[in-house]
Amino acid sequence: MSDTQTIEKLVKQPYKYGFKTNIEYEHFPKGLNEDIVNLISDIKEEPAFVREFRLKAYRHWAKMKDPLWANIRYPRINYDDIQFYSAPRLKPQLNSLDEVDPEILDTYEKLGIPLSEQKMLAGVAVDAVFDSVSVATTFKEKLADAGVVFCSISEAIKKYPDLIKEYMGSVVPYTDNFYAAMNSAVFSDGSFCYVPKGVVSPMELSTYFRINNEESGQFERTLIIAEEDSYVSYLEGCTAPMFSRNQLHAAVVELVALDRAQIKYSTVQNWYSGDEKGVGGIFNFVTKRGLCKGHHSKISWTQVETGSAITWKYPSVIMKGDHSTGEFYSVAVTNDLMEADTGTKMIHLGKNTNSTIISKGIAAGKSQNSYRGLVRIGPKAEYSRNYSVCDSMLIGDRCGAHTFPYLEAKNNTSSVEHEATTSKIGEDQIFYLQQRGLDEENAVSLIINGFCKEVFKELPMEFAVEAVKLLGIKLEGSVG
Amino acid sequence: MLSIRNLHAEVEGVEILKGIDLEIKAGEVHAIMGPNGSGKSTLAKVLAGHPSYEVTEGEIIYNGEDLLEMEPDERARRGVFMAFQYPVEIPGVSNSMLMREAYNEVRKEHGLDPLDPLEFEDYVADKLKLLDMDVRFMDRNVNAGFSGGEKKRNEILQMAVLNPRLALLDETDSGLDIDALRIVSEGINKLASGENAVMLVTHYQRILNYITPDFVHVLVRGRIHRSGGKELALELEEHGYDWITADTEVNGEAGS
Repeated sequence: MSDTQTIEKLVKQPYKYGFKTNIEYEHFPKGLNEDIVNLISDIKEEPAFVREFRLKAYRHWAKMKDPLWANIRYPRINYDDIQFYSAPRLKPQLNSLDEVDPEILDTYEKLGIPLSEQKMLAGVAVDAVFDSVSVATTFKEKLADAGVVFCSISEAIKKYPDLIKEYMGSVVPYTDNFYAAMNSAVFSDGSFCYVPKGVVSPMELSTYFRINNEESGQFERTLIIAEEDSYVSYLEGCTAPMFSRNQLHAAVVELVALDRAQIKYSTVQNWYSGDEKGVGGIFNFVTKRGLCKGHHSKISWTQVETGSAITWKYPSVIMKGDHSTGEFYSVAVTNDLMEADTGTKMIHLGKNTNSTIISKGIAAGKSQNSYRGLVRIGPKAEYSRNYSVCDSMLIGDRCGAHTFPYLEAKNNTSSVEHEATTSKIGEDQIFYLQQRGLDEENAVSLIINGFCKEVFKELPMEFAVEAVKLLGIKLEGSVG
Repeated sequence: MLSIRNLHAEVEGVEILKGIDLEIKAGEVHAIMGPNGSGKSTLAKVLAGHPSYEVTEGEIIYNGEDLLEMEPDERARRGVFMAFQYPVEIPGVSNSMLMREAYNEVRKEHGLDPLDPLEFEDYVADKLKLLDMDVRFMDRNVNAGFSGGEKKRNEILQMAVLNPRLALLDETDSGLDIDALRIVSEGINKLASGENAVMLVTHYQRILNYITPDFVHVLVRGRIHRSGGKELALELEEHGYDWITADTEVNGEAGS
């Protein structure tokens, strides 16, 4: 719920995660070619099958072109000028937090993500990814007692090669798209989670991504596997320092849910979005997809997107198992010169599959906010249903909201329902709330929170509070 | 409590109020009556600080301070409350959330600690009874899907919760059936005290059968043309507004 004092305090602040940590980096050349891919694989001492996966992905990528179909405008990216791997100089095997560079621990403290377990939020395990590598994973032992594996993907490649071999690339193949191919060639780290049969994860799992190096991109890869009858809730948070040049972020997330398993994946994305003139900010090109492989399985994406100069992101669900469920709850906020083209794909393959899409776009300043969604119901997906709501809210008259829904139903026993609205924050609404004693910022915050309520209630409590605060900061001064 | 002197106000360059003088003291109930378009609602909105209305001349002193210098939310926190003629809908925001936020703003103004949701629930229970409203009303989103009568009742509920010093009721009676009118009027009467004042804007006399005004002012074309006691309302009911306007035209001619 909106806490008046907190918001009042917070709306006065600029992007507060914009500081840079001064640490030493391992030297790494710029650009992308086979040598670079091999070098990454060498550094990480990977088995041959992973190296092979990377090389195939690179060769495929080299033949591809940037996708330009999205409703976003940005200068062409010079991939020769990007450092595709960046790691803080540290010892390869960390046995305890004492071995992590104190500067890095300090960075996470400043971000409000303390990594020492006595200070941790109870019930949340964190994997911290700093630039390209995972620097710490907390609560490993407690999770291990329950049988849950939660570690960096680099560690998983060494310890659980069979799972990696079976599942990596099974939901998002390297041929999927330009950025997925790039990520498959150069992915540096990310999180891995395996929940065995019948296990309900005893705590929320979370990864906190931080980009620090000015010239590097971040290419992390996350894989979550939920075996039969298991449940896991996973949270992802992102920030970056303020730089006047753009940084590239191209991640891949794959989720696999077997029979009756449930995966709930929540994101609060607050990458640096550039200044009010549109200088700097993160280019965020992300491929996220879940596979409901088993029957009665369920995958739910909840995202609050408040940052990045460019957002290109469509967390999707393939409902292969009969009676499986896909959900997408999204709040995307754009301000100043930000551009977001985000939405989802709900692919119904199994019978009696069910999907829900709730998308709330808020555009302020001179920003452009687009929802792009595909609902495809295959010929064999009989008796399937989709329900979509896409609402847009405009603040001021220089921004734009767009909706691009694509619907394909290939059988006649299924139903698809789509609702869309566009509204403006009205002077009358603000005056009404002011007349009840709320100041203007607080009034706007209450209206926005009301608009986004259906999505916020899907977020775990800690994240919901964070999301409410973020929106307040993001929309400061955009009304009136 | 409130002293309005030579108040002129316009909207989109059109002058609506053309020199209003009005004194309201604590404990008084003033009825502002007049034909459509006479400026009665404008007067209420200007007092509340609606941004579409610009004051071009005159002054408003509220408890010794310049009301026109205050933002609308500051006026509200100092005890100025307006029951809207057309209350707006706020999707996704529950009645209880809005009212608790609003009430806690008033408490903060008086140096009191905010109430948490449970304490507020207890506080609001009596107010609901006063207006014969179900507690489930609090969980509904502000005015969303409310009937016309429910919206008006909700306004008076907010008045009961906020306990204002100066209540501006803008055509609260319109759109109410006879039972609702009685309940709402009784609620207003119970809230009236020697400490606070009510300015009731209405087109019709019928709400005055339930709420007895100390003064009645008739507004015509942006000016108060007549002021009197409650009997003035009855005269209006009998003769209609033509009687007043005809009267003023005669006076006007006589004066020229």
